[in-house]
Amino acid sequence: MSNHSPLGSVGATQTAIGEELADVTKKHKRTAALRQWWNDRSRLQQWLMLLVVVALAYLLPVINPPLITTEPANDFAISCFNMALYALVALGLNVVVGQAGLLDLGYIGFFAVGAYVAALWTSSDSTFVHIPYLATLPLAMIVTVVFGIALGLPTLRLRGDYLAIVTLGFGEIIRLLATIIPGLKGNTGFQNLGRPPGTNADGEALFTASNGLPWYWLVVTIIIIVAVLLGNLERSRVGRAWIAIREDEDAAEIMGVPTFNFKLAAFGTGAAIGGLAGALMGGQVGFVNNQKFDVPTSILFLAAVVLGGRGNKVGVILGGAIVAYIPLRFTELAAYKYLIFGIVLVLLMIFRPQGLFPAKAHLLTYGSRIRRWVKKEQAPAQPEGGPPPGSAPPAPGGSTAQSTRRARKET
Amino acid sequence: MSGDWITFDLGRLVDSFWSTTLDGLTLGAIYALVALGYTLVYGVLNLINFAHSEVFIAGAFAVVFVLSGLGFGPSAPHMSLGLLILDIALAMIAAMLVSAGTALVVERVAYKPLRDKGAPRLAFLISAIGMSFVIQYLFFVWRGPSAEPNRTMYRPKPIFDVFGVIINSQQLTIIIAAVVMMVCVDQLVRRTKLGRGIRAVAQDPDTATLMGVNKERIIMATFMIGGALAGAAAVFYVMRVPAGVFYMGGFILGIKAFAAAVLGGIGNIRGALLGGLLIGLIGNYGATVLGDSQWTDVVIFVVLVVVLMVRPNGILGSNLGKVRA
Repeated sequence: MSNHSPLGSVGATQTAIGEELADVTKKHKRTAALRQWWNDRSRLQQWLMLLVVVALAYLLPVINPPLITTEPANDFAISCFNMALYALVALGLNVVVGQAGLLDLGYIGFFAVGAYVAALWTSSDSTFVHIPYLATLPLAMIVTVVFGIALGLPTLRLRGDYLAIVTLGFGEIIRLLATIIPGLKGNTGFQNLGRPPGTNADGEALFTASNGLPWYWLVVTIIIIVAVLLGNLERSRVGRAWIAIREDEDAAEIMGVPTFNFKLAAFGTGAAIGGLAGALMGGQVGFVNNQKFDVPTSILFLAAVVLGGRGNKVGVILGGAIVAYIPLRFTELAAYKYLIFGIVLVLLMIFRPQGLFPAKAHLLTYGSRIRRWVKKEQAPAQPEGGPPPGSAPPAPGGSTAQSTRRARKET
Repeated sequence: MSGDWITFDLGRLVDSFWSTTLDGLTLGAIYALVALGYTLVYGVLNLINFAHSEVFIAGAFAVVFVLSGLGFGPSAPHMSLGLLILDIALAMIAAMLVSAGTALVVERVAYKPLRDKGAPRLAFLISAIGMSFVIQYLFFVWRGPSAEPNRTMYRPKPIFDVFGVIINSQQLTIIIAAVVMMVCVDQLVRRTKLGRGIRAVAQDPDTATLMGVNKERIIMATFMIGGALAGAAAVFYVMRVPAGVFYMGGFILGIKAFAAAVLGGIGNIRGALLGGLLIGLIGNYGATVLGDSQWTDVVIFVVLVVVLMVRPNGILGSNLGKVRA
């Protein structure tokens, strides 16, 4: 943050610049203040508040809030499922686009592969071996990782812009293959996909296409698990490597980060989550054919990530939910949804490239502990003129873990 | 799972080798013209213009509208050759103007504001994708999902018959016209003052500005030249693929044209020509050998990825700035 000096007897131009700066800082201050407030809460308070938010998320379709609801046009529980599904997709794409900074325009391909895995192994139309639906979720992830690596191995060495077009081609090819290969049944598709077990009180199946509630809860649970796992990954060596690659690939390479391996890891992780989301979609709808996996939907996924704020998990979850929600809630806009989100992409890039909920670069490993420690150390040290030797503010990125270790030894 | 969905039949290709080749070259010439737009913009800005496919389809719509206005219908009209050429020229001018205008709008809306702010590369790509999406769906909202009705300009007549290989008038027109245009652009970049400006900005925008080159004007001119070429390609496209003028048509062709630009070496004008013709041939051969035109894109992308693995900068792989006058 730039700390603008008080404006005394400076010229008009400088005043203008100063005002502009002040304006920018003010804007930043608002989000920064919120973040500060959040960071100042104790761990317990943070968890309790999160618990409330999560409970509200789970209860959203049950409460069915009057103005927010998508009824009567769309069943609200199913709408909620779709929002959650987009949120999951955005979470996965965020690993590739937001964390590692690789533009993947064919993410829909992985989604499609996941859906087809669920269809091939559970649908009554498939001649394959049948396995329980829930077993297809990890299977879909494994298969999509294989696809992700198969796509990544030859293409991730290419320049960044080439990657965009090759992934776009990949998305198209998956759709074309679904049309050409007879075993994938093209437009006819697969019906009666499997579903998770469980019956409700009157003996009817719990998970059905018309009952979105259990599906929604399933996806929200998966989102929480995935978000926690991704959060851990982010704070690990892998996450730091991704950020280094995103910020400057050449510099990262020179600093000894094996960029290719980590890009492949990002691609594979993103692919797995895309496949998982695809399998969930197939299960809920109960039908998979080649019509749903077009490139515009892929761009819609990208819009979700960009809108939410690249690199911010909570942001992209909200972004995904918004992108799914708007056409469901305002059905008169549904026909224009691609137009609207195209405009949103352009406007966002011009006026707010960081998205609605920008990611804040901050210390990742033991982040909160270090921040608290720095504050404690600095407060009494201030009158003596600067912090005591050996307690320089820890540098961001790679050296963080070491500084923490050093810090621990001293205290 | 029946195994007959993919057949590998070289005999089919041998039987129809020359007609497949000629058709491939015809399509390739169209790809090459569109590929030039990608290459020019990439050469100057080092950015992919994702909206170029929409610049192209805007021109194709213009061609259809002008031809409809001139009374062309699904069947070939009876008119004198001179009048026909005049009508086609009119359609081409309209298409070039519309495409160049669209390209200019794309530049001003999706690139200029970001350039002024010094945005990161990813932001340019995303805003261009957004712009492409906007134009695509404007056409969708305006014209609906189905293709425009066919506008036939003339019925292709066999002209040459060389050892049993028949070249028809349409193939001849498209290939010759496209190659002539590409030579013109090549010379424009190599010999004219504007071309020198383009090369200067491609080499080093800051130094070019210091030397008195108006960078903004050069960038706009580059977008418009690329757009005009896409407009010309649109006329040939309507000739060769009359049923392909719909909102997604640009995307379908653009992805191949982009592959062509990358294959030849993006930023390289002669590379775009080579890449375009190669992509046209590869796609056609692949579809013939595998027995289904839906394989075209799959074959093209596999070849593209394989070539890029060996030559990451494309076949001719230099950039626009290195062109010598």
